[in-house]
Amino acid sequence: MGAWMIPAMLAVIAVTGLVRGVDVFSCFLSGAKKGAQTAATIAPTLVGLLTAVYMLRASGVIDWLGAVMQPFFSILGIPAECAPLVLLKPISGGGGLALGTDIMQRAGVDSYAGRVAAVMLGASETSIYTISLYAGSLGLRSTRYAVPAALVGDLTAFVSAAFFVRLFFGNG
Amino acid sequence: MLSRIWTAFLVLAWVGGICSGRTGEVSQAAAQGAGQAIKLLIEIIGLMMFWSGMMEVVSASGIGACITRLMRPLLRPLFGAAGKDTKSMELVSANVTANLLGLSNAATPLGLRAADRLYTVLGRTGSPHAVLMLIILNTTSIQLIPSTVAALRTGMGAQMPFDIMPAVWGASILSVAAALFTAHCLRPFYPETD
Repeated sequence: MGAWMIPAMLAVIAVTGLVRGVDVFSCFLSGAKKGAQTAATIAPTLVGLLTAVYMLRASGVIDWLGAVMQPFFSILGIPAECAPLVLLKPISGGGGLALGTDIMQRAGVDSYAGRVAAVMLGASETSIYTISLYAGSLGLRSTRYAVPAALVGDLTAFVSAAFFVRLFFGNG
Repeated sequence: MLSRIWTAFLVLAWVGGICSGRTGEVSQAAAQGAGQAIKLLIEIIGLMMFWSGMMEVVSASGIGACITRLMRPLLRPLFGAAGKDTKSMELVSANVTANLLGLSNAATPLGLRAADRLYTVLGRTGSPHAVLMLIILNTTSIQLIPSTVAALRTGMGAQMPFDIMPAVWGASILSVAAALFTAHCLRPFYPETD
């Protein structure tokens, strides 16, 4: 992707707002404040979950899990380091974020596995949580095919994350 | 859910540490993890605030509303008869737009309102296909700027934190398509019971 894209987007967004008579900077400030609130709300989650993930990593359980699942995941092209993320992300967003962060730190942020972990985080949601949130809020008694469809979506996101990283950055 | 996962992590770390003989490393991780989590958060908080601010400008400047208008005809066919209800489709498009812009604070309430409206339009019985389609759309991630991940990458010293964007888009689009297609194929096997 061209390096020009982000600066161009920023400029176009600001100019469009200004032309439409929006007080763009105070608008930016109120959005940035919301961003700070989001960061503050995830702080306790990160502290709790990252500590647990670091402990799990130090105990060797994560490496063991990756090794056990390697044969299956290598067929799909998913690097062994990312295997635990595949299992956790659909269930827990915070846990997925903590585990993904750990993978990026361990494997190197610009390494193959590090990039695949980043794309997996960016391209998937916490499906099971989302379904239970909506079903609970509406009082649905059955979610029919929602869970299998969402999980197929997640698996597709994970497999194609590895595929697109290979396509754009090679197997490095 | 998190309570069980978190407890399982702690128990596995304890037992795993004993099995692998690395109890020393595990207790060291327990002592250092919290500090490292906060260090990471400090690295990513600036970029998170910046993009959250930019996206606020996007929605205030009418670009968001424009995307919403473009989304509506694309989304309508997914919702069958309920797609004719203007109010439902307005809420659904606004929900999808908020997801696209990464405004998760806005997306969830909009999505829940959209689901409630669809459910009401369809008589509030059973689990109608249109409601499930909206839920399935929300279990996939379609984000224009994956800002949290980019912030994490920046914090770890990535050369070009945003260079993963085309890969994220590609994977997101395939995942949405696969989820919707699976729902379509499985529908006959899960008949409405009531």
